[in-house]
Amino acid sequence: MREIAVVAFSQSACVADIGAVNEVELIMPQLQAVYAQVGLNSAQDVDFVCSGSCDYLQGAAFAFVAGVDALGAVPPLKESHVEMDAAWALYEAVLKIRTGHADSALLYGFGKSSPGELPAVLSQRLDPYYLAPLWLDTVSLAALQARMLLDSGSITESDMAAVVSRSRQNAQANPLAQLAGDVGVAALLQDDYLLAPLRRGDCAPVSDGAAAMIIATVEQARRWGVPYVRLTGIDQRIESHNPCMRDLTDSVSTRQAAAAAGVHEAALDVAEIYAPFSHQEIILTRALGLDEATVVNPSGGVLAGNLMMASGLARVGEVFQRIVNGDARRGVAHATSGPCLQHNLVAVLEGA
Amino acid sequence: MSAARPDVTGIEAPVYLHYHFTAGTAPARFLARLREGLLSGQRCPRCGNVYIPARGSCPACGVPTTEEVLLPDRGTVQSFTIVHIPIPGNPIEPPYVVANIVLDGANISFIHLLSDCVNEAVRIGQRVQAVWRPPEEWDYAMDNIRHFRPLDEPDVPVERIGTLPVSGPGVPR
Repeated sequence: MREIAVVAFSQSACVADIGAVNEVELIMPQLQAVYAQVGLNSAQDVDFVCSGSCDYLQGAAFAFVAGVDALGAVPPLKESHVEMDAAWALYEAVLKIRTGHADSALLYGFGKSSPGELPAVLSQRLDPYYLAPLWLDTVSLAALQARMLLDSGSITESDMAAVVSRSRQNAQANPLAQLAGDVGVAALLQDDYLLAPLRRGDCAPVSDGAAAMIIATVEQARRWGVPYVRLTGIDQRIESHNPCMRDLTDSVSTRQAAAAAGVHEAALDVAEIYAPFSHQEIILTRALGLDEATVVNPSGGVLAGNLMMASGLARVGEVFQRIVNGDARRGVAHATSGPCLQHNLVAVLEGA
Repeated sequence: MSAARPDVTGIEAPVYLHYHFTAGTAPARFLARLREGLLSGQRCPRCGNVYIPARGSCPACGVPTTEEVLLPDRGTVQSFTIVHIPIPGNPIEPPYVVANIVLDGANISFIHLLSDCVNEAVRIGQRVQAVWRPPEEWDYAMDNIRHFRPLDEPDVPVERIGTLPVSGPGVPR
């Protein structure tokens, strides 16, 4: 099988409301940044382009097509899109390269969540017959999941606050984070509930922004002469769309994806986990089988800033940057989609 | 329990989502100029094409456009259609002409109404000019221009449509 290399990554700062900036203006700076890292001129210099976004965020049908204006598609490009986080655009591109249809790919994800009411907007991505008509919003669903975990006795509210505290601490070293600071568990537990048992800090903030990445075969990365990180495994699994039909206190799909991606074949220095709610980080850490030896979410994770449709790709990008900078040798990145961790992707990255 | 109730075979589940929409930095500039009765495009720094309304990038080159180019309200019909079928909610009485119009100095067309004309005589290459509403009615909207009307000028050859300078077609050779 052809070996895949991650060669470039860039992400915008997470901001609560970027104001009068459209999706093209959101994407372009990140594309220019990854071109510069590799020394490329434009998207014409890669074999394949794939993006991830959600038209519901902008509230406009086919809004993702407008994003293509950022690419420079003359002459035409081989281009694709997933109505998902761009981590799944990465997955599509990996398949494209592994099957020999491309040697390199540009990926980008973008989300301007501020114009709408995000929890309600995301409710319309649920099963359209039984769940979406109930307007079952993401925060309510996550609160039910957290309640089940607490009732099972496998976590406490202090454990959840500890996740938030560490996120804020770690985010102090991340200039792109939206929420950072030195805040302790006791202080967090004094906050009122947003939706019991969730406090505001337990929920990822609403953020605007974009991220981009370039991957290639290892041979192409060497031809470009840029530092690269090997993507040695990637797998994704999905569970029932109906939250009542699965064990919400576990993430079976994450565990299966981790095994298939080869997470446990060697030690892990770093893990970047897409957990939009504090209790979900605990579920995922357990499902990924991580122990004390692995640093979890050194960026602060998405509790410090959550770029819808780009945060999953950004988890891979964060691990890439830590390995390329020499801070880690091997790491795991995780992305999620759907209510209560329905759909999960796991990628393993290793130094060249 | 009770007498048989009819099966529920469907429910109404209307979707209402509220958005605070913003057009973007480049379209906002276009709209602000339009409010002043000006037509503002942007030039690509790489290929030189002028776009109106601009979305902030050259879609051909994928680079940001920042240079503003003010364009005249005269242009050329690139293509058109005569609408005979009434569209629900549309106050315009058919038949009417909808045309893709390229302003002089621009390299891309936009859609607008073409009126004050004989519909059957409308043709590709026809010269047209904007008919503006009174300034006191101007808003951040394209219908500050009520419609375009034909100009008494020679047609532009098809191969020159979308390539004219801001000064227009000039004296035909």
